[in-house]
Amino acid sequence: MTDLAERAPASADEPDPSSRPTSSDSVRLEAGDRASRWGWPTAAVAIALLVVAPVAFLATSILDPNEEVWRAQWQSRLPGQLADTAILLVGVGVSSLLLGSGLAWLVTAYRFPGSRLFGWLLIAPLAMPSYVLGFVTISVFGFTGPIQGWWRDTFGADAWFPPVDSMGGAIVVFTLVLYPYVFLLARTALADQAGSAYDVARSLGASPTEAARRVVLPLLRPALAAGSGIVLMETLTDFATVQYFGVDTVSVGVVRIWRGTFDRDAASEFATLVLAIALLIIGLERILRGRARYGEAAGAATRLAARRLRGWRAIAAFSTCAFVLLVSFGAPTAQLVVWMIEEATGPRGTPRVDRFQEFFTNSVILAALTATVCIVAALLVTSAQRFRPGPVTSVSARATAIGYAVPGPVVAIGVVLALVALDDFLERFGSGLPGVVATGSLIGLVYAYSVRFLAPGLNTIESGLAQVPEAVTSSARSLGARPSVVAARIHLPLSRASILTAIVLVTVDAVKELPIAFLLRPIGFDTLSVWTYNLASESRFEQAALPALTIIVVALVPVALLSRQLSKQAAEVTT
Amino acid sequence: MSAQPPLEVSGSVKSFGDTVALDHVDLTLQPHEIVAIVGPSGCGKSTLLRSIGGLESLDAGSIRLDGVQVDDGRTRIPPERRSVGLVFQEHALFPHLTVEANVAFGLRGMARAASAERVAHMLDVVSLAGYGGRYPHELSGGERQRVALARALAPSPALMLFDEPFASLDRNLRDDLRHQVIAALRATGTAGLIVTHDQHEALSMGDRIAVMRSGRLVQIGAPDIVFHRPVDLFVAEFMGDASFLPVTGSSPSSALGPVASAGLDASAAARFVAMVRPDDVEFSPDPPDHHDASPAQPNDAGWVDGAEVISREYRGTHWLVDVRLPDDTEVLAAASHLVNPVVGTRGSVRLAPGHQQVLLATDS
Repeated sequence: MTDLAERAPASADEPDPSSRPTSSDSVRLEAGDRASRWGWPTAAVAIALLVVAPVAFLATSILDPNEEVWRAQWQSRLPGQLADTAILLVGVGVSSLLLGSGLAWLVTAYRFPGSRLFGWLLIAPLAMPSYVLGFVTISVFGFTGPIQGWWRDTFGADAWFPPVDSMGGAIVVFTLVLYPYVFLLARTALADQAGSAYDVARSLGASPTEAARRVVLPLLRPALAAGSGIVLMETLTDFATVQYFGVDTVSVGVVRIWRGTFDRDAASEFATLVLAIALLIIGLERILRGRARYGEAAGAATRLAARRLRGWRAIAAFSTCAFVLLVSFGAPTAQLVVWMIEEATGPRGTPRVDRFQEFFTNSVILAALTATVCIVAALLVTSAQRFRPGPVTSVSARATAIGYAVPGPVVAIGVVLALVALDDFLERFGSGLPGVVATGSLIGLVYAYSVRFLAPGLNTIESGLAQVPEAVTSSARSLGARPSVVAARIHLPLSRASILTAIVLVTVDAVKELPIAFLLRPIGFDTLSVWTYNLASESRFEQAALPALTIIVVALVPVALLSRQLSKQAAEVTT
Repeated sequence: MSAQPPLEVSGSVKSFGDTVALDHVDLTLQPHEIVAIVGPSGCGKSTLLRSIGGLESLDAGSIRLDGVQVDDGRTRIPPERRSVGLVFQEHALFPHLTVEANVAFGLRGMARAASAERVAHMLDVVSLAGYGGRYPHELSGGERQRVALARALAPSPALMLFDEPFASLDRNLRDDLRHQVIAALRATGTAGLIVTHDQHEALSMGDRIAVMRSGRLVQIGAPDIVFHRPVDLFVAEFMGDASFLPVTGSSPSSALGPVASAGLDASAAARFVAMVRPDDVEFSPDPPDHHDASPAQPNDAGWVDGAEVISREYRGTHWLVDVRLPDDTEVLAAASHLVNPVVGTRGSVRLAPGHQQVLLATDS
């Protein structure tokens, strides 16, 4: 080193000395310090309470059960609803597990024409809401549909055809749109972890099947448990698809009581049943997952050495993947496009573009508000964890994520209870909320959406901030930046990509969401999803095609993002 | 410059659950002084550093920087209002900012021209003039660490803190950077506290060395004192290779001769050992026609005959040999790189003239 400096030059260059503590007697905190000391944890706790409140209000409603309601339910629909719910969950869970993990194994362990492409194409059904695939299936394969018509014409009017509007039909539809969750997690786990473990097992003398059974399957268990958990929760939250198929679940029960009687207490008590089943699913998932966690392997990953398939085996593998993709995504989308064109050009005249614009705008407003609330809340909670690490902020963050594990109908009714409680509380001080706020307002709707969709936003932003090393935050602070400055100048620019991803995820979830919108929307405020559901319920499939396709197109955005990320990872592993 | 010590830690206590990370730590740095804190992982050295930097708060005790109390065990001044520079192992540059903007980060509130001048000056100090427009990912590991150093020094902190600053660099780069860091600290007259688990790094960087164990500073002093006059077995073993020889007699002595002691009585001798560093013990192979004279007793020149090499390790500048003496004690010794002390070689050892054995209690 040549040109060494003397100590920093005098006054002009010195950072403002007044910003440094001057008292030599005791530690003196300034107002700003105190704000950052308490501000972050306070914000995190407040957000957690807002998220937990609806669920807590709902859960407490069961403490004072209305026996009459329960007796009436028990004597009418409840036993059947419990049975249907159980059969549906078991059926969808098992078949998604088989289909998802089977396809994941197929595209990871074997090479055949298109195996790479299918690796990410097979997650496309994530963009297909179950209520859309449901009504397309009913209209095409149902009794009045073209397939059964052709069947009867060919084999006679009494020819047997598998009943479509049945439990079996519902299980097939849910499996076709939900298997990607299992597929995705299993595929990632296989790619990240299984390669070297499988190789080691083989080198220790295990046969391929033995290695798969004793090493790969246990390794996959956490991923399979997590994937099945999501599948079951998505099945439980649905009330629309099951109705097309004449399946009567407890979620349908909640919606029916709410829409039929507007009996808040009865609906909320019944919703606790749905909550209890959700908790059961979470508990089961935790047990099956064990102490292991999926996706934890880091560093250099060895891919499973894929075996090349030839001849009829290759054709069979290709056909299997192509068939699943066709029936779950390709064919229904094509059918929707046909309907949309028919509706646009048909004799009925103009499509109802005016209404479409209105509902599209509603969906956009709702999604934008939800995304804004969720992102701001997620940023506050993650920043609180970074700047004030400790049990208070980390418990708050975990509590903030519970909404995603609570089925939509439960969140909707819980939010109503919370707003009613707030209303009562405010009335003691003279002025309550405007009457409609609690029962049907945009505020209630955005609140419920945010409770439900904060978790994906939070997880994404948390993992984005986790990429910023602790030492970077510490460096910035020791260089004189207050936490808010660090957040704005360091954390935000560095986690911009994850914030964008979070916005996309929350927006798409909000556009697809049906149960909450159906239960809580203000009168006249229909979203694309509600409109689709209503039109399909009236068998106006051609008209439902446009909003349904719009939802699918919007939902394809995160799927495409995910695929790009996956193929990038794959490229990194192979190079 | 104030006459206040840049750092004054007194009675500092910090625990995480049941783990005591800091157990009544006292440490004062003099102006311009560089102190290296060394200890095994988990000894609390990083916690001490983080507490001084304001990243952890003390349970009790106090920390003063330039005479200003920044932590009194109840409240702490946040890191952004302490005049402390931090350099981490993982350099922690802001990846979205250029080198220039990184170094200027701590200079907010300064006039633009003055800030630019200061940045240029700091880059000069770390020999990175002309690198201002680059981004961190375009730099090598050593260059990044130098930018981190310049960035931390730019706001003229009263004290610089280094947390394992070179651990992620390879050996050659490390030595080079070590000199640059010391030069930069000396040049700016900044006091520095360096945390490391590497004894050699500590010995070569610190004006003083502080050895830490289980949350306590067990010894603090000049490098040669800590190395050759350790206060206990732990420090002796941690700071480098050492032999521990049994001690006998009322005027205590080991196989290598008398041990300096102040009022040690014979009955206590069994609880002590004599510590000696290998570079203080000479090994000389016997000439071919040699016959052992009086084994196990040092002769007039201090040589002990009848030693046998039982293992060896080439150290570049010398051989490190483990020899067994006739009374079955083992001692590490240095042999010239000119000889070839194969296992089984017989010879003599002695304590190099002017060196002493250190008496250490075994039950510490």
